[in-house]
Amino acid sequence: MKRTNELIVGLAMTAVIAVITWSVFAVGDNMTPGVTPFSRDVYHLHMTVLGIVTVIGILVFAAMFTSIYLHRKSRGAVAAKFSHSTRAEIIWTVIPILILVAMAVPATRVLIDMEDVSGAELNIKVTGYQWLWKYEYLEDGISFYSALDRQSNSARQIGAGVDPRTVDNYLLEVDNRLVVPTNTRIRFLLTSDDVIHSWWVPDLGWKRDAIPGMVNEAWTLIEQPGVYRGQCTELCGKDHGFMPVVVEAVSPEEYRSWVALQSVGSAVNRIAETDSKAATVETSAAGS
Amino acid sequence: MTDTTASTDHHDEHPRGLARWLFTTNHKEIGTLYLVFSLTMFLVGGAMAMVIRAELFQPGLQLVNPAFFNQMTTMHALVMIFGAVMPAFVGLANWMLPLMVGAPDMALPRMNNWSFWILPFAFLLLLSTLFMPSGGPAGGWTLYPPLSLQGGNSFAFVIFAIHLMGISSIMGAINIIATVLNMRAPGMTLLRMPLFVWTWLITAFLLIAVMPVLAGAVTMLLTDRFFDTSFFNAAGGGDPLMYQHIFWFFGHPEVYIMILPAFGIVSEIIPTFARKPLFGYTSMVYATASIAFLSFIVWAHHMFTVGMPLGASLFFMYATMVIAVPTGIKIFNWVSTMWRGSMTFETPMLFAIAFVILFTIGGFSGVMLAIVPADFQYHDTYFVVAHFHYVLVTGAVFAIMAGAYYWMPKWTGHMYDERLGKIHFWWSAISVNVLFFPQHYLGLAGMPRRIPDYSVQFADWNLVSSIGGFAFGLAQLLFVWIVIKCVRGGQKATAQVWEGAQGLEWTVPSPAPLHTFDTPPVVNDAIAGHEGKLA
Repeated sequence: MKRTNELIVGLAMTAVIAVITWSVFAVGDNMTPGVTPFSRDVYHLHMTVLGIVTVIGILVFAAMFTSIYLHRKSRGAVAAKFSHSTRAEIIWTVIPILILVAMAVPATRVLIDMEDVSGAELNIKVTGYQWLWKYEYLEDGISFYSALDRQSNSARQIGAGVDPRTVDNYLLEVDNRLVVPTNTRIRFLLTSDDVIHSWWVPDLGWKRDAIPGMVNEAWTLIEQPGVYRGQCTELCGKDHGFMPVVVEAVSPEEYRSWVALQSVGSAVNRIAETDSKAATVETSAAGS
Repeated sequence: MTDTTASTDHHDEHPRGLARWLFTTNHKEIGTLYLVFSLTMFLVGGAMAMVIRAELFQPGLQLVNPAFFNQMTTMHALVMIFGAVMPAFVGLANWMLPLMVGAPDMALPRMNNWSFWILPFAFLLLLSTLFMPSGGPAGGWTLYPPLSLQGGNSFAFVIFAIHLMGISSIMGAINIIATVLNMRAPGMTLLRMPLFVWTWLITAFLLIAVMPVLAGAVTMLLTDRFFDTSFFNAAGGGDPLMYQHIFWFFGHPEVYIMILPAFGIVSEIIPTFARKPLFGYTSMVYATASIAFLSFIVWAHHMFTVGMPLGASLFFMYATMVIAVPTGIKIFNWVSTMWRGSMTFETPMLFAIAFVILFTIGGFSGVMLAIVPADFQYHDTYFVVAHFHYVLVTGAVFAIMAGAYYWMPKWTGHMYDERLGKIHFWWSAISVNVLFFPQHYLGLAGMPRRIPDYSVQFADWNLVSSIGGFAFGLAQLLFVWIVIKCVRGGQKATAQVWEGAQGLEWTVPSPAPLHTFDTPPVVNDAIAGHEGKLA
């Protein structure tokens, strides 16, 4: 009788908690599957682990609420005396270990894939500054700075009186986007000129710290053309929240013509670059 | 069995007023000082959190400039970790450990006084930096160089304050180890000790091991900032990453310093209100010790994105995942303790149950964060903020609240107002989830942490989170009122207080007289409340 009760209430609790969990997932946001093979792998890992812990959670909480419902003094429950069970303890040590191994195997495979930066067709050096990025295309000899666009920058000032909702891509738009070709294996070399920054575009599936005195590597291969937005993700001072990353992926042909266009305007670029570098020095001097 | 009433005669000189508190060497009074200090700092740190949530209430900058926002996030963490959570646990240890092991006082009462009285000065120093021309620390509580070195001269005050907190913690830890190892009553064998004593004993060893590491790390920051050394300056041949390794070698055990005593508290409360002995006592002790050991070999999981060698990333991933095993054992043991018990749901039990559920959710996101490739997405986003607030607020803080309600009748001699306690619980438990659960969504949607303003796509959940934050903050003022009310009066508490309570602390009258166990009690399995099989 007691066991039957526990079973029925247990199943009911499992159902209730599963519905609650489902609605909690349904109303919320989830990670993006992104646009690279790696970001999809990460998304699947994320969903797998989330699925496993959700099932464990539902079972554990169902057992707990069954107990809370049935084994209460107000229902006349009399406390049992047991205080250990070697068999139960072995089971709930061994099963979690097996589950963890099952998670570790795919995680290891994806990580090894990420760490292999060989075979790059295009190398881009990313340098973090307080508070903008510099991009250098090592093969094509292009380099420029990329900072928060003017419209966001004026809207974000305290007491600006501009509703951020009226600004396109508020805080996620830059003056010069990082233009890259699709379906091309691109290697990024990341470093910093002042403090530690971190370069992140969620759709690419990873972030990597840009650290002064170190060069970090990472790679990507973007499959779909589009504009992908991210932000600096390592606290880097007062304007940490205002140094977005915007990647524009275009077809390899469009990319070639963009490169050609940059070379024509390179003289102009060089002047603009000197200006913005001077401006950087000024702002960082003012900031420190 | 113990003579607690005739024990006041050889301590007849007891100063009154301020001097009583300044010069006290009594573990109960020092415990009270710690707890009051902790509650004060909880409100100060909470006020900073309110500033943060108010600024993040909607997109755009409305209230504070980004530089001050960064000071708020940095100070909120330092105040909550070193000012609220850690002193609360030390306060509970001071009050309860001697009562639980049948000792007349802590082993080193004068040092006990000193280790408390350092703290108010340390925090005055720390908080005073907010009013200095260069402002408070703004580089995050982790103080990563080179950013933290860009701070003004107030940085020296911050480092001195951290040194003081470290000294205080080390002395507190020495005292606890000395008390637990030397002052136990006859028959109180190690495996008869209450779990709260066990978890604190292990925590105290962690503190002694890692506080000097933090002191070393911040001293190197100090000399880099003011004496032209280059420990962490790449231009001078140093390595900014070395700081992160040293810091997190302190930082990860520190995380467990803030959760192990919470495990202990919950392991006291659940058996009491389930009226059933703790399930798997010895496995709880071994699980605690395993978690403590593992805490020393997982530090780099805080820095998966810094560009570590593949082998290192894999090692730290596997080691981190292993922690789920002993932690899982604890959760299963608590559920099994409740299973077929005879439960009642007074406020301490409600907080303890909420702890088990919500800490488990924090543990789940912890397992997810351990998966290195997925961490490349989660790292430094609001997902991490949600994770550590689940383990620290609904984990550590809820356990402290549970402990406070559980032992308050023993401290004051009065029952707290049960109706208000329940209101406080439900209000806190609901609002804290409104506050922190949406932060998982924000992180997964791509919102980085430590930003004062955000893109409009994050507006809705930030709004929800802020509303939850204000509600949770308000609920804690109710807690302050409940404490004041309980100190001033209320229904008289019996010695045992709770029907199912077992252990030495429930054999002394409520309120516990200033001096207890002048004659040591004799302990057997019946008093310990569980079988110490290996005893």
